[in-house]
Amino acid sequence: MFLLKCNKLTLGYNNKDILHSFDYGIHSGEYLCIIGRNGCGKTTFLRGLAGVLRPKSGKIELCDNLRRNQIGYLPQITIAQKDFPASVEEIVLSAFQGKSLLLPFYGKALRKRANECLELTRTENLRKESFRELSGGQKQRVLLARALCAAERLLLLDEPVTGLDPESSQNMYNIIKDLHENKNMTIVMVTHDVEAARNNATRVLNFNEIVQ
Amino acid sequence: MLDKLFFYLDFPFVRYAIIVGTLISLCSSLLGVTLVLKRYSYIGDGLSHVAFGALAIAAVLKVTNNMLIILPVTIAVAILLLCGSRDSRSGIQIKGDAAIAMVSAGALAIGYLLMNIFSSSANVAGDVCTTLFGSMSILTLKPTDVYLCVILSAIVLVTYILFYHKIFAITFDENFARATGVNVNAFNLLIAIIIAAIIVLAMNLVGALLVSALVVFPALSAMRVFKSFFTVTVAAAVISVVCSLTGIIIAILAGTPVGSTIVAADIVAFLICYTTSFIRCRRM
Repeated sequence: MFLLKCNKLTLGYNNKDILHSFDYGIHSGEYLCIIGRNGCGKTTFLRGLAGVLRPKSGKIELCDNLRRNQIGYLPQITIAQKDFPASVEEIVLSAFQGKSLLLPFYGKALRKRANECLELTRTENLRKESFRELSGGQKQRVLLARALCAAERLLLLDEPVTGLDPESSQNMYNIIKDLHENKNMTIVMVTHDVEAARNNATRVLNFNEIVQ
Repeated sequence: MLDKLFFYLDFPFVRYAIIVGTLISLCSSLLGVTLVLKRYSYIGDGLSHVAFGALAIAAVLKVTNNMLIILPVTIAVAILLLCGSRDSRSGIQIKGDAAIAMVSAGALAIGYLLMNIFSSSANVAGDVCTTLFGSMSILTLKPTDVYLCVILSAIVLVTYILFYHKIFAITFDENFARATGVNVNAFNLLIAIIIAAIIVLAMNLVGALLVSALVVFPALSAMRVFKSFFTVTVAAAVISVVCSLTGIIIAILAGTPVGSTIVAADIVAFLICYTTSFIRCRRM
């Protein structure tokens, strides 16, 4: 069954179309890896799926009762975030802001959920640490925890292992695999790591073949 | 020394200056944290120059309450700069950066030109110096100015507290916030309006050229020492208020210009914070 369907989707910035009239469907419960060379539109496609970039034409259809606030998104880390003074807890809790909370407090249920996500990504002991003092791998795991807080059914990951050493990368892949197998999470991951894509994914989408 | 201070505190204009100074420095430091972290410090600087230009226009048109012109003009430019020229991929584009430099220098030049051509007083250089460095305006506040400042600051503070978590989410990661369904555009608009209002208010306190110091210094000082967004925000507010009060009191007692004394106090606070963090790093 489809979870997400793209109908004649065209995405791009300003005058430049990066993806043109693209039809594609993402199945419920699959682990999809998107590979392809730099600049071929993988990240743009993911931004489109996440709703960060508005389609120029065509549309993205959420199927099977999927709602926007059930989608978690792990964007590439920005330079400004690298020295951002924020505690891990603050960052992870900020994932709930999409659920239209107006109060300046977070309830017990949300805090509990945040803790569960921190445990799943093995970052529960970093809760009070400052984000800018973490290592690259820890930063990625914290951002994954934040994505998990927002994600109930679909997780969109944009190069989650960029800049990580082999061991941390493997760690990250294990966590994602665990989420897919045991939490029934649908995964869409953009990656340059073809090897890992072959090993973990249930389906691989090669963007080189689509965008000419 | 204390006698002299209490003697001065008996004058209403001194009390007004202290009330207004505290409120403005509180508001500017809160939004300053967001501005610095979003890499928009320079927009704050540009906006203060725009406010100066608008002030000159108001003076030329001989409007009785010049806020009626300054506030809308600054808000409009703030919306243009903060919400318009942004590429959703990486924050500000190079084009946007150049636009700020253009607007900022342009507004300054036009403002000075207008004040010169249509000058009503004999001492144009003195007038301009006052608006740019705010030397005396804080000590010549009328009760209506104070009311306006109190009301605007109250609105800013309440908005900030209500939307604190949303503002954090957008400051840290605009794209993620958008993906999870936060109305990012609306909040950016809100932030732009609040920042414009604060800059216009702060122009009264320290003058157009020094406004960005009031916005940037407390945030940067707090970021040296503190590690979470909440503590940084609170510390920035405390540092800012303490520096402003110290600055105003020294200025009154020693007869120095208010604006530059406040900024000097901010610089001292920054140096203290910088040294503290440096020592702590060496120990670890």
